[in-house]
Amino acid sequence: MATNTKRNNVLPGFGLTLGFTLAYLGIVVLIPISTIFFKTFTLTWPQFWAAVASPRTIAAYRLSFGASIAGALVNSVFGFIVAWSLVRYEFPGKSLIDVMVDLPFALPTSVAGITLTAIYAGNGWIGRYLAPLGIKVAYAPLGVAVALTFVGLPFVVRTIQPVLEDLDQEYEEAAATLGASRLQTFVLVIAPALIPALLTGFALAFARALGEYGSVVFISGNMPMHTEVVPLLIMSKLEQFDYAGATAIAVVMLTVSFVILLGVNMLQRWSSRRLAA
Amino acid sequence: MSIELRNIAKKFGDFVAVDNISLHIETGELVALLGLSGSGKTTLLRIIAGLETPDTGEVLFHGEDASAVSVRERKVGFVFQHYALFRHMTVFENVAFGLRVIPRRARPAEAAIARRVHELLKLVQLDFLADRYPSQLSGGQRQRVALARTLAVEPKVLLLDEPFGALDAKVRQELRRWLRRLHDEIKITSVFVTHDQEEALELANRIVVMNQGRIEQIGSAEEVYHHPANAFVYNFLGNVNLFHGRIENGRVFLGDTAVELENTHAHAHPETGKAILYVRPHLLEIVMKPNGKQTFPATVKSINPAGPQVKIELVAEWGDMVQVEIDHERYQALHLEPGANVFLRPKEQKLFVYSI
Repeated sequence: MATNTKRNNVLPGFGLTLGFTLAYLGIVVLIPISTIFFKTFTLTWPQFWAAVASPRTIAAYRLSFGASIAGALVNSVFGFIVAWSLVRYEFPGKSLIDVMVDLPFALPTSVAGITLTAIYAGNGWIGRYLAPLGIKVAYAPLGVAVALTFVGLPFVVRTIQPVLEDLDQEYEEAAATLGASRLQTFVLVIAPALIPALLTGFALAFARALGEYGSVVFISGNMPMHTEVVPLLIMSKLEQFDYAGATAIAVVMLTVSFVILLGVNMLQRWSSRRLAA
Repeated sequence: MSIELRNIAKKFGDFVAVDNISLHIETGELVALLGLSGSGKTTLLRIIAGLETPDTGEVLFHGEDASAVSVRERKVGFVFQHYALFRHMTVFENVAFGLRVIPRRARPAEAAIARRVHELLKLVQLDFLADRYPSQLSGGQRQRVALARTLAVEPKVLLLDEPFGALDAKVRQELRRWLRRLHDEIKITSVFVTHDQEEALELANRIVVMNQGRIEQIGSAEEVYHHPANAFVYNFLGNVNLFHGRIENGRVFLGDTAVELENTHAHAHPETGKAILYVRPHLLEIVMKPNGKQTFPATVKSINPAGPQVKIELVAEWGDMVQVEIDHERYQALHLEPGANVFLRPKEQKLFVYSI
């Protein structure tokens, strides 16, 4: 559909708002981020390569991206179920659960980290039942994934919820009158309508998890090569006054996250364009 | 397939949506459920489809109790008011949906599905739009796609909820005629819900006039329009003027003026003698001179000569607004101007008088 860029709006001020947007993003986002790049440029190529491609760093990338994706995927599935039951059913304590979803937003992440560690440690509430099964959560990569799942949950629930509320039950009824089973209705009718929102929720949860630091330091144990995430690695480089090395890793993280988020964003736009009514 | 409703009742909380309704619909009929919003017509339609479970009563399809039959298995086509087309599917895929969800063993081959879909799209004259998405269609086109999608599964009964409610007046008329022809062609038992009396009168074999969860009258367009069972039906089907009057000794008096109208339908309140009198605008005649006690005086307020009839608004002597429709020839002969004092005379004695 062709859009007319010179449309007469009731509220003028395109120039003003765009100017404000650029200035705001410049001050809040672009300038701080650009200093990361400038600091990195003080390194020579071999120095840069040594910083970003050492085995310890590679292991940290792998854990950070792997655990973040795992956490976001888990949240996509279970966050969807939470959103579904909150939108579709009436039950006592519903508003309480609705509030609980936001807790990971509000809770200081270090508190979450300590709590999760206490629960999942070998002698903790849950950890003591998992330990005999040979499942180690705290001080293991699994623990990192658990912490990242915790911090990402609200994003998925809160992006799906409004879309699900807008999804008229007529669609399901229409599918049923046409002979579709419940599973068919879900797979063919409901899920496709929710995919753009689900992708957005996934991207937000993933991005949040990548940068997560506070909760992970407690539960992971921070063993280099094993349970060390990238933000922690950067922190330890800073503590050793290796500022350029820290920013170099940050640059790689930033670039990769940007590419991934851009990809998800485009996927999301592509799928939502077809749904535009 | 014939539909039989027996003593159907449905409540939502304290609200009685359907109040003990029994109705028989013959195979191949096209029936309208006509009523205001909140009259229970959509609830009744959804009960027939199995989308709503009645509190009491039973639905029989072809003489067999369908209460235990799920929506999926009822073989009922339902066209939703806002079409409920699947937005992420093309027109083709929407129409094919009902065929694709058939269990694999019974499902037609891909080629057969494609053939059937194109056949249906031709039937609704939209074959050229097969690859479009619903968002790219006009309201009328969406409506026809929804109908094609419903017909794909060869339903035994077609149910339409306010099928033309969301369309422009012009498109609505076209689709109405088209649906009438389609029904004549495929002869499927159909029930549609509408609040538009004109739509019901034009389209349906039989009209079920509903009010507050009950049936006021069932009959052909001719019957409900010319022989309304009660004042509600008369009032609902077409424009009416409403006069407050009294009945004394079997004669109707309007306002303080003693206008005598012979009336066989008169039922006044037994103590007060008060009554409401309904007259359709085209059943009032404008005359320049009084004629005994059969006329009453009124003053012309405004005149709207656009349209096949001239619509004239008057104020009766006792203050009630009166609408009158006369033809253009009569209008020219009368030389009416706003402010003119004239007399009104009911053309026929078949007026509706209702006690209050």
